[in-house]
Amino acid sequence: MRPGWPLLVAAMLGLGTLAQAQPQPARALAPDQLRSGLAFAGPDVQRLQADGFANPGMLWLSRGEALWAQGAGPRKQSCRDCHGRQAESMRGVAAQYPRLAPGAPQLINLEDQIRVCRSQQQQADDWAFESDELLAMTLYVTEASRGQPLHMSPDPRLAVHLQAGAALYQRRQGQLNLSCSQCHDQQQGWRLYSDRLSQGQPNGYPVYRLEWQKLGSLERRLRSCYAGIRAEPPPWGDLHMRQLALYLTWRGTGLPIEVPAVRK
Amino acid sequence: MSQGLARLQWPVVIQAGDVVKVRLLVQHPMHTGYQQDMQGRLIARNVLVWLACELGGQEVFRVEPSSGIAANPYFEFCVRARASAEMVVRWQDDLGVMGEWRQRMEVAERKTPKP
Repeated sequence: MRPGWPLLVAAMLGLGTLAQAQPQPARALAPDQLRSGLAFAGPDVQRLQADGFANPGMLWLSRGEALWAQGAGPRKQSCRDCHGRQAESMRGVAAQYPRLAPGAPQLINLEDQIRVCRSQQQQADDWAFESDELLAMTLYVTEASRGQPLHMSPDPRLAVHLQAGAALYQRRQGQLNLSCSQCHDQQQGWRLYSDRLSQGQPNGYPVYRLEWQKLGSLERRLRSCYAGIRAEPPPWGDLHMRQLALYLTWRGTGLPIEVPAVRK
Repeated sequence: MSQGLARLQWPVVIQAGDVVKVRLLVQHPMHTGYQQDMQGRLIARNVLVWLACELGGQEVFRVEPSSGIAANPYFEFCVRARASAEMVVRWQDDLGVMGEWRQRMEVAERKTPKP
């Protein structure tokens, strides 16, 4: 064996590792620093979320449970007809979103997937974004993953979306010229008027917000932040919101899903 | 047949004569008339005009909530349970939409003496 061989093998191994390792954004918060939004809420909100009866999100959960078994479309097909019991078939499913649509390069969130199922499989009338039905079903599906840690899908094709989401998170925008990171990484825990700034973790969505007096999606919450920094929000269903949600999922890796959550 | 959506809760085990706490959560947007929708248009006022609970045909609770009550209102009241009966919750809002929710309260015979 010639003396150059080990070097060559080492170089090949090194290249191989480089090709496999996805370039990951820098972490501003260490895994042991991650806190759910619940930790930043007042004791009254924490008590309401912990109350398995009075938690208003439970109303949408009951609605989702009823919708799961309800036939729709020309064949009167229900979610249960294909997927069986939610507790088994949907366990861990919500934790995988946003992900790429099966057979398509599109980045989709759980709401998108439910809408696709509804229009293509059931061939039933569309559920609009933020409709009570869509929120209820999203909550019901997410509930099957309660307690499971957030975990971004290991699909290597997601790397480009993760990078785009990370870039959007760091980008200063709006009339206030603020980035997500300035509030939710650098100033988290400090007060903004009477509220404590949370880390902006996505583990409680869809969430019941007292401000909205109803359930709402992560996309709606992100749009609220856009309004807060006086930036123009992208249109509903926009790719950027899904990339941002993907980045938030990666950033919150390990936080348990805690629906139905209540926030101020 | 129930219309609308509500949740009712009381203790799992009830003995005849017990005074039990009833918890009630009703799904309703309780629009005050000052809120805006996603497009910034004013939403017409729509709050619960009245809500009443019957236990075994007898009215045990009635409330006339106004616009000062939050969405998805939560109520709590106490009632003496004498025998198994159906609790019927009915309500009506400003749009004239009626809601109804039924749930059966099972009451066991008294085994322990009254406290």
